[in-house]
Amino acid sequence: MSIQVEKIHKEFGSFTALNQVSLDFPTGELVALLGPSGCGKTTLLRVIAGLETADSGRVILEGEDASDTHVRERQVGFVFQHYALFRHMTVFENVAFGLRVKPRRERPSEEEIRKRVHRLLDLVQLDWLADRYPQQLSGGQRQRIALARALAVEPRVLLLDEPFGALDAQVRKELRRWLRNLHDELHVTSIFVTHDQEEALEVADRVVLMNKGRVEQVGTPQEVYEHPATPFVYGFLGAVNLFHGRVEGEHVRVGDAVLPHDGRDADHGIDVVGFARPHELDIVTDPGVQVGVEAVVSRVLAFGANVRVELDSLPGAADRGEPLHYEVVLTRDRVAALALSDGQRVRLVPASLRVFPREAA
Amino acid sequence: MSRAASGSAVLDDRAGEARLILAGDWTLAHHAMLLRQVEALRARIDARVKVDAGELGSLDTAGAALLLRLLGSDRVRTLVDSDSGLSDGRWALLAAVDGAMAERSVPPAPRKGSAIGDVLAHVGEAVAVFGRHAVDLLGFVGLTLSAMLRVGVRPTRWRLTSLVANLEQTGLYAVPIVALLTFLVGAVVAFLGATVLADFGASVFTVNLVAFSFLREFGVLLTAILVAGRTASAYTAQIGSMRANEEVDAIRALGLDPVELLVLPRMWALLLALPMLTFIAMISGILGGMLVCVFSLGIPVSMFLSIIANDVGVSHFIVGMAKAPVFAFLIALIGCMEGFKVSGSAQSVGEHTTSSVVQSIFVVIVVNAIAALICMEMGW
Repeated sequence: MSIQVEKIHKEFGSFTALNQVSLDFPTGELVALLGPSGCGKTTLLRVIAGLETADSGRVILEGEDASDTHVRERQVGFVFQHYALFRHMTVFENVAFGLRVKPRRERPSEEEIRKRVHRLLDLVQLDWLADRYPQQLSGGQRQRIALARALAVEPRVLLLDEPFGALDAQVRKELRRWLRNLHDELHVTSIFVTHDQEEALEVADRVVLMNKGRVEQVGTPQEVYEHPATPFVYGFLGAVNLFHGRVEGEHVRVGDAVLPHDGRDADHGIDVVGFARPHELDIVTDPGVQVGVEAVVSRVLAFGANVRVELDSLPGAADRGEPLHYEVVLTRDRVAALALSDGQRVRLVPASLRVFPREAA
Repeated sequence: MSRAASGSAVLDDRAGEARLILAGDWTLAHHAMLLRQVEALRARIDARVKVDAGELGSLDTAGAALLLRLLGSDRVRTLVDSDSGLSDGRWALLAAVDGAMAERSVPPAPRKGSAIGDVLAHVGEAVAVFGRHAVDLLGFVGLTLSAMLRVGVRPTRWRLTSLVANLEQTGLYAVPIVALLTFLVGAVVAFLGATVLADFGASVFTVNLVAFSFLREFGVLLTAILVAGRTASAYTAQIGSMRANEEVDAIRALGLDPVELLVLPRMWALLLALPMLTFIAMISGILGGMLVCVFSLGIPVSMFLSIIANDVGVSHFIVGMAKAPVFAFLIALIGCMEGFKVSGSAQSVGEHTTSSVVQSIFVVIVVNAIAALICMEMGW
C-alpha cells in the first residue's frame, strides 16, 4: 500500500513538531525516517498510524484520504521502541491477541489462529519460545515477538518506531540484517524511525532526513550519503571536517590556505562553509608543499582495515575558519608510507570541499 | 604610588578629569584589602571616570569579580574599546567572570504582590484545576458509557476472563481488610454510644445507633474509602504502567479500543465487588457493635437482634446499598482515567496514582454528603 502525507502540521504547545511535511512512500519499499531526537520523526510515524492527529494536513493511504479514519481501519502494524508486549500473556498469546479480539465475523478459527501464529513465530525464528512470558526473553527476542504481533493482523503497512533503539550494538546489527531479509520476503510497505544513520543507510531502500520538523532530503542511501542536499544532512551522515571560508574562483580561501571545492553553490566572493569527509582528506608530510592546511597529529588509531588519524589544528584556528580538530581516514598502506608520529606537523589536502553558502548552515 | 605587589585602586582627580588607576596584583591573596578599597571607592565611580589599568599586575577570577563589583558589568564591557590599557586576555577573563556571575545571580525577581492577591490567585488556580478535573471526568464517563452501550449489546465481546480476574483482585482479596476494619469501627461506635447514652439511661439505644449508622452510612462509606485507596490506585498504576510501556498504543495499533479492553472489565468488576463488600462491611460492623453490647452492656444477642428486627427498617439497608454502585462507578472511572493521563515516565505513574486516590476519596465523601441531604429531605 502506498502512503502519502500532505502538508502535515503538528504543534505541541509552542513547539512545532512537524512543519508542513509532505512525503510519498511508494508501495513495498522500506523507508527510514532519520534525524536527531526531537526532529519530529516519531510524531510523523504516529500521525501516519493514527495514534496522533495532526493539526492540519492529510494522510493518504492507497489514494484514499485516511486523515479521519480510526487506527482500527487503517490496518497498520506498529512496532514500539520498548516492545510494548503484554506482560501477562505468553508469547503465543501476545501474537494471537490481535486475531483473537477481532469481531467474530472476521475472526479466524482457533485452528487457523494457531497455525498462523506458529507460522509467524517461525518467520521470526522464535517458535520454540511460544510458551514463555515476555520477561523471560532477551531484548532482541522481545522485539522480534513484537514484530510478529504487528504482522499477525496482516497489516497493509508496517511502522517501526526505533525498533532497535533499546538493544545493544551486536544485536542491533544482527536484527538489522534480519529485518532487511524479512522485508524482502514480505514486501509490506514499511517505515521505520531511527536516529542511527548507519542503521538507516544499511537497511532502507530510501532515507528521509528530518530536522526540526522539516524534511531535509529524500533519497536512496547512496544519494543522500554522496550528495547531501544541505549542510545538516552532510553533518548528520557520518563524520565531517568543517571549514569556514570564502570562495575565490576555483578555490576556497580558509585562513591562509587555499583549498579546491566541488564547484556547486559557489559563486565568487561569497562566504561558505566547506565539508570534507574523513576519507576525502589526505595527509602530506613533505614540508615543501604549500597547499592544504597545517595541523598536528594527535593520535593514530590503527585498527581495522583503515586507519583513523586525529589531528589538532594550529593555535588560532577558529579565527581562520579551520576546525579545531580533524579526523582523517587513510588506508593502512598510506599510513605506513607516511610514518606518522604523534605531535608531527603535517598538511591536510582535501580532494575537494563540498561547499554551502554560509547563511544556509 | 608604590609598585607594591598588592593590588590597589586609586581615584585620581587632580588632572581635571577623574581617573581610576588600577595597579598591582588583583588576586585572591589580597582579596580582603582590595575589598575594603573597592567598597570605599564604589560610590565615587561614575560613567565619566576613566579607567587606567596599564599597571595592573596579575589578575585572577577573585580579582576580576572585585573589578566587576567596582565598575559594574556595563562599564567593564566598554573597557575593551577605550584606551584603558586592559589587554584582550584580561578583558576575556573579566567577560567570562561577568557571564558566570550573571548566570548565577539571576534570582527570580521577588514578585511584589499583596498577600490577598496571592491568595486569590491560588484560589483561582485551584478552582480552574478543579473545573478541568470535573470536565475530564464527565468526558470520560461519557466515553465509558458509550463503549458500554456498544459492547453491551454484543455478549461475544464481553471480556469475562478479565472481569473475573479483576473481581478476584478488587473483591475477594479486599474482604479481610474491609471486614476487620468495619468490625473495629463498629465496636468503637458501640463504645461511644454506650458511654454517651449511659448518662441518659438509654444505653439500650446503642443497638439502634450501631445498626442505623452501619446500614445507612458507615458500611458503604468505609468500604468505598478503603476501595478508593486500594483499587483506584491499583487501576491507575496498572493502566499507567501500560501507557508508560506503550502497551496502550499497541492495543490501539492492533485496532482495539482501550476503553473497551481495559476500563469496562475493571468498572464492572468494581460495580459487582463494592456492593458485596458493602454488605460484608455492614454485617461485620454490626457484629463488632454486638460484641460490645453483649460484653460491656449486658444486652444478650437475642435482644440485640430483636431490637434490630423491630426498630430498624429495611429502607436504611436499601439506602446504604444503593450508594455502593454509584461509588464503585466513580472510583473505577477516576482510577482508570488517571491511568490514561500518565505520560511516559515512572514518576508520572506515581503522581497520577496519588491524584486518583485523593480524587476518588474526595468524590466519594462529597457524593455521600449530597446523598445524605437528599435522603433527609425525602424522608427515606
